[in-house]
Amino acid sequence: MINSLFLINPSGEIFLEKHWKSVVSRSVCDYFLEAKEKALEPEDVPPVIHTPHHYLISIYRDKLFFLSVIQTEVPPLFVIEFLHRVAEMIQDYFGECSETVVKDHMVMVYELLEEMLDNGFPLATESNVLKEMIRPPTILRSVVNTLTGTSNVGDTLLTGQLSTIPWRRAGVRYTNNEAYFDVVEEIDAILDQSGTTVFAEIQGVVEACVKLSGMPDLTLSFMNPRLLDDVSFHPCVRYKLWESERVLSFIPPDGNFTLMTYHVNAQNLVAIPVYVKQSISFFECGSDGRLDVTVGPKQTMGKTVEGVMVTVHLPKTILSINLTATQGSYTYDNGTKLLVWDIGKLNPQKLPNLRGSLSLQAGAPKPEENPSLNIDLKIQQLAISGLKVNRLDMFGEKYKPFKGVKYITKAGKFQVRT
Amino acid sequence: SLPNSLCIVHFLISFSPSRNEDLKEMLESNKESLKLEAMKRVVGLIAKGKNASELFPAVVKNVASKNIELKKLVYVYLVRYAEEQQDLALLSISTFQRALKDPNQLIRASALRVLSSIRVPIIVPIMMLAIKEAASDMSPYVRKTSAHAIQKLYSLDQDQKELLIEVIEKLLKDKSTLVAGSVVMAFEEVCPDRIDLIHKNYRKLCNLLVDVEEWGQVVIISMLTRYARTQFTSPWKEDGVFDEHNERAFYESDEEKTRDETEAKPYMMDPDHRLLLRNTKPLLQSRNTAVVMSVAQLYWHLAPKNEVSIVTKSLVRLLRSHREVQYIVLQNIATMSIQRKGMFEPYMKSFYVRSTDATHIKSLKLEILTSLANEANISTILREFQTYVKSQDKQFAAGTIQAIGRCATNISEVTDTCLNGLVLLLSNRDETVVAESVVVIRKLLQIQPTQHSDIIKHMAKLFDNITVPMARASILWLMGEYCERVPKIAPDVLRKMAKSFTSEEDIVKLQTVNLAAKLYLTNSKQTKLLTQYILNLGKYDQNYDIRDRTRFIRQLIVPNDKNGALSKYAHRILLAPKPAPVLESAYKDRDRYQLGTLSHTINTKASGYLELSDWPAVAPDQSVRNVEVIEPVKEWAPSLGKTVKSKPAKSSDDKFYSDSGEEEEKGSGSSSSEDGSSSSSSEGVLHILQNERVCPESGSDAESHVQKNSSQTSEESDKSSSQSEKSSSESDSEKKERKTKTPLQKKTSWTYVTKQQHTKTIFVNVINQHSVLQTFSYSHWSTLCVSLFTQLCPLSLAFPLQLSGPAFVPEKSHDLLHRMTGKGLSAQYQFPRQPCLYQPTMVSVQISLTNTTDHPLEQIHIGDRSPTGLNIHCFNTIECLEPEASVTVFMGIDFNDSTQAANFQLCTKEDHFSVSIQPAIGELLLPITMTELDFRKEQGKLLGMNESSATITMAAENMTSQPISRPVATVANLGMVPSSQDNVHRFAGKTANSGAVVLVTVELRGESTALITINTEKSVMGSMLLRDLKLALAQA
Repeated sequence: MINSLFLINPSGEIFLEKHWKSVVSRSVCDYFLEAKEKALEPEDVPPVIHTPHHYLISIYRDKLFFLSVIQTEVPPLFVIEFLHRVAEMIQDYFGECSETVVKDHMVMVYELLEEMLDNGFPLATESNVLKEMIRPPTILRSVVNTLTGTSNVGDTLLTGQLSTIPWRRAGVRYTNNEAYFDVVEEIDAILDQSGTTVFAEIQGVVEACVKLSGMPDLTLSFMNPRLLDDVSFHPCVRYKLWESERVLSFIPPDGNFTLMTYHVNAQNLVAIPVYVKQSISFFECGSDGRLDVTVGPKQTMGKTVEGVMVTVHLPKTILSINLTATQGSYTYDNGTKLLVWDIGKLNPQKLPNLRGSLSLQAGAPKPEENPSLNIDLKIQQLAISGLKVNRLDMFGEKYKPFKGVKYITKAGKFQVRT
Repeated sequence: SLPNSLCIVHFLISFSPSRNEDLKEMLESNKESLKLEAMKRVVGLIAKGKNASELFPAVVKNVASKNIELKKLVYVYLVRYAEEQQDLALLSISTFQRALKDPNQLIRASALRVLSSIRVPIIVPIMMLAIKEAASDMSPYVRKTSAHAIQKLYSLDQDQKELLIEVIEKLLKDKSTLVAGSVVMAFEEVCPDRIDLIHKNYRKLCNLLVDVEEWGQVVIISMLTRYARTQFTSPWKEDGVFDEHNERAFYESDEEKTRDETEAKPYMMDPDHRLLLRNTKPLLQSRNTAVVMSVAQLYWHLAPKNEVSIVTKSLVRLLRSHREVQYIVLQNIATMSIQRKGMFEPYMKSFYVRSTDATHIKSLKLEILTSLANEANISTILREFQTYVKSQDKQFAAGTIQAIGRCATNISEVTDTCLNGLVLLLSNRDETVVAESVVVIRKLLQIQPTQHSDIIKHMAKLFDNITVPMARASILWLMGEYCERVPKIAPDVLRKMAKSFTSEEDIVKLQTVNLAAKLYLTNSKQTKLLTQYILNLGKYDQNYDIRDRTRFIRQLIVPNDKNGALSKYAHRILLAPKPAPVLESAYKDRDRYQLGTLSHTINTKASGYLELSDWPAVAPDQSVRNVEVIEPVKEWAPSLGKTVKSKPAKSSDDKFYSDSGEEEEKGSGSSSSEDGSSSSSSEGVLHILQNERVCPESGSDAESHVQKNSSQTSEESDKSSSQSEKSSSESDSEKKERKTKTPLQKKTSWTYVTKQQHTKTIFVNVINQHSVLQTFSYSHWSTLCVSLFTQLCPLSLAFPLQLSGPAFVPEKSHDLLHRMTGKGLSAQYQFPRQPCLYQPTMVSVQISLTNTTDHPLEQIHIGDRSPTGLNIHCFNTIECLEPEASVTVFMGIDFNDSTQAANFQLCTKEDHFSVSIQPAIGELLLPITMTELDFRKEQGKLLGMNESSATITMAAENMTSQPISRPVATVANLGMVPSSQDNVHRFAGKTANSGAVVLVTVELRGESTALITINTEKSVMGSMLLRDLKLALAQA
């Protein structure tokens, strides 16, 4: 299926290659690099490229291109999903996914890739299984390894791959048994000039961090599961029980994982936590414009809105800007024309405001369209959909675990048109 | 000076041209750490794409290294360069051949994996043999690896196809979820046309599907989609005749089904067709986007029209995923939305474009919005489009204008509105926008030109300001086509063009020539000279298309004497009424490719694309999918299930199954098909039936590999391997079992706390009926059992001895027959610590036989034994052992709970060798699990004479639990008992022959002393065990 993988940095340098079948010359990447040259942004490179002898399927993530070479028909999503798993695996092992990290751990990344595919077909993609075969580096371990000459390659016989619960390691032991769940909701919204909601929905995800000994069997139930419109689960969740009783019943993987994602789609139900008053105008004559943006809290359910940030892609014809913020600070990159206003906490008594003048390049026409504003925000201890975890029960083990649930609401793709 | 010299070394290594020499030296040194360091650097070179092939001889020497990491790195190297260095690569082959016989399944699997990745044609026969053997391996993991190897061998040598198909056929019958995805992948690559191989496995694959790993699911679903299109009739003729009644048919007898079929005048869905749809549906909730997409395409291609829309929500959900995922999903939605607007219309707003979307995402969303437009929503969509037209991304704005054009043609109510809107755009400041508007207006006008001469005039006025060639050409064409409507303007435009002709683009020149010709025909008085001037310019143009066209036009409109025949028709040729262009989606007819495929994405047939056939008019024989149902195995779980269902202690099995059938039909929907967990439990549970009930099903099982040789005693120590082994040897009753287990599980998990009293009886029941020993396993089910069990203990039940898997299996093997005394036959034995399958009172022994002679040894078997009463289960006679070959076999020996050696003769055709096996006392035990409470209770019964103890001194750093349990487990095959005190460790086991309980307590008493206590009624064994433990722990 997947013949080869190339990791390419934004400047077009190939810094890692791995082949699972016959070696494919790296010159095949030229077709890709050509397409990359043509694209304005790295995001615009087409994910599937058809060359005379090969098909190139690539993803762009964390400022890196993961390019796979395919020779025969294969579902493109199969490859794309796998490439993202590779990126996640690197992130999971080394804390971040970047060129430096991959270069620093070249051999380990290579070994991991070797285990992930056999003849181009995924073999071990579960983090728990991989970690049993190749242990992730820690500072302590790397010191020990240098001193003793031992290695990170597991010498125990792994059981995960053979078990019917491949996502969980066997023989897990903790002195403190804990299970934490984060209910994170993101509001995707488009607001028009007048502040009317054009489109809004809530995307939620339940992230779990479970450190429990043995083989715990957990059941998580919600107060109001009917809110959830569409769900997807980690393979550990028993779908039938969800269907019949609307509870999540599962034997969890060890460590961090995404338990479920969900979708809340009733438009009128979506509370928009902030409002934005804005006016961006360019004068017909002369090369001047004005910008005036105010952000205020709207439906916040009595919680404080934090981490508010406004990002604007200003038109290419802007020469310079001169703005004053009553709260927070703004940065402006004249190369990318990116204006970022970092507000922080919203204070309902004193609304933050950013205003000032924009000047256009001499002779440039007045921009056709005003740039839209992308809003970032965070509300602690609130799931904006109103979803609430009812209880968590554990079966199968005797100890009493420590349990915790946290709610966060964030802005997802939250856009205000101007 | 040390750092200094290091620097120099580093310098040499990284820059000197002879750095590979250094690596070579390091590889050839005898220090493991140097070798490892060197291999890491070599692999680093490979990863960077640098050539390291010259190191091959130095690297290949390390292929048999004991260091696992080093060995792995050597494998990586070998696979990468074997193709280039074929002769040298052959040196490593024998290592792998040896490893293929290793008792450890993981070593066998990795050997096969590497061996089959070495692309050296000379070893094809060896690979073929290895694949065949691995395909009947006991371990499903090895069988999975063999399925992967099939594809590798096939790509190396296509002549092996027929032999490989045989292996595929065998593996397709495999019941392990581990194997299913991989073998279907092999099937798709090697023999996708052999649909006949699928028939008998179809239902099994459908039922396994939810439990297969996600990547395998994608492959299986795609294959089943193709299969279904060849086997079932189209559900699309009439909708809605299927109902729940139909589902039941599947579980009824075959005759009934066929009768149903013949009677069915209106469309009746084949139950197998329904089975597939039903079993794939839950996978729409998968986190893997590829799985969701593959289910969506399956529904698109196979489901009745009114059921397809259940996939909508899931596809829309995928739009939240990564950009690349969005791209593929949007493409597929684009294709779907052309045929089935209704599916996605409710989710229209999910396709609204954001300014942050990538270009290709934007245009796909536009495409879909256009397809979704209808009379009801067009005003909303047009309002949205207005925002897009103003976008800073001009390419996208242009795309929007085309989209508006398409809406205008598709929905006649808004044609005028759109046209007016587009005309307004003609005054836009951006050239691309204007040009695109012109082109689209041109197309719209062509559809209804009569009312719009003022628009044409307006465009003529704009002509001077428009520079984009396509737009200019479009205006010129409009002028020419409708010159009679703008009689005054057209000649003037021609005049301007005559002036600028030479500096125009080719496409504009062609249209100028066109315009000139048309005007000449309609208004020759004003334009004759202009036309001739333009034709003259065209005659000497650099572009031959223009010269060509000019020549043609001249002949057509200004005839000379010789060939005026055509010019009579010039008017009719040039000014013929032309059909209006159809503005349609680029995604129209894309569904000639199976959705979700690469071919669909690139809109051309990718190599290896498998065509989806049309539905057959008449369904092929459906009985081909029938599988003989083997009598369900009598197991404890179903009957437990039944007891829970409130009718305790009824044990007639057939009655029971019909019960469960009823329950099925009454349809607690959840019981009919299973979710991930319930089935994993049915596989995960290892039931070992005690004593006289020696696994009845393994006897009745048709699977040859279990019976073929005496390797039945799982040659693998690993607990989980034996679990899955068990599951694969479970007969066809699997499905039925699951059916019944599911409701049971559900109930148990929710009720056991409140119904303790009730469950108690159940448990007693189970124990009485089947004397089941159940191991601790990783499954949901067993953990429930254990928790039940621990809860019940206070109720003073006679608890069963629960066998557990070994805590630790020592790798140590002992010499049975040295090759010198054995005239070249050498034998070693070790204790795999698995319960013996032949007889529970036996201890299983694993024997590896190697032929070190240069001739084959024939008929290796076991001869006379002493003491004569010794009860041995022999391995089957080995007919022939080739030189250099080795074989691993299993035998069972009843040591009668004593360490007295078992003496017997190992015979070949010519010779007899007396050998003996003397077991350590610890090997005569089998581990059991119990709670701490039970342990204490048992211990209380075994005091005085039955107790032996000793105090020993041990090193302080070894006083934590890990180092204690390890040496104990090494010495004796005991199970750990959970302990509430940190300093007390408890272990429990029972003797193999008499089943007497053996309890070991190790109590750490600070100051590096420990008290070992052993309680057992077999006091001789107790004291021997104590001696061994003292020795081991004092060392530790």
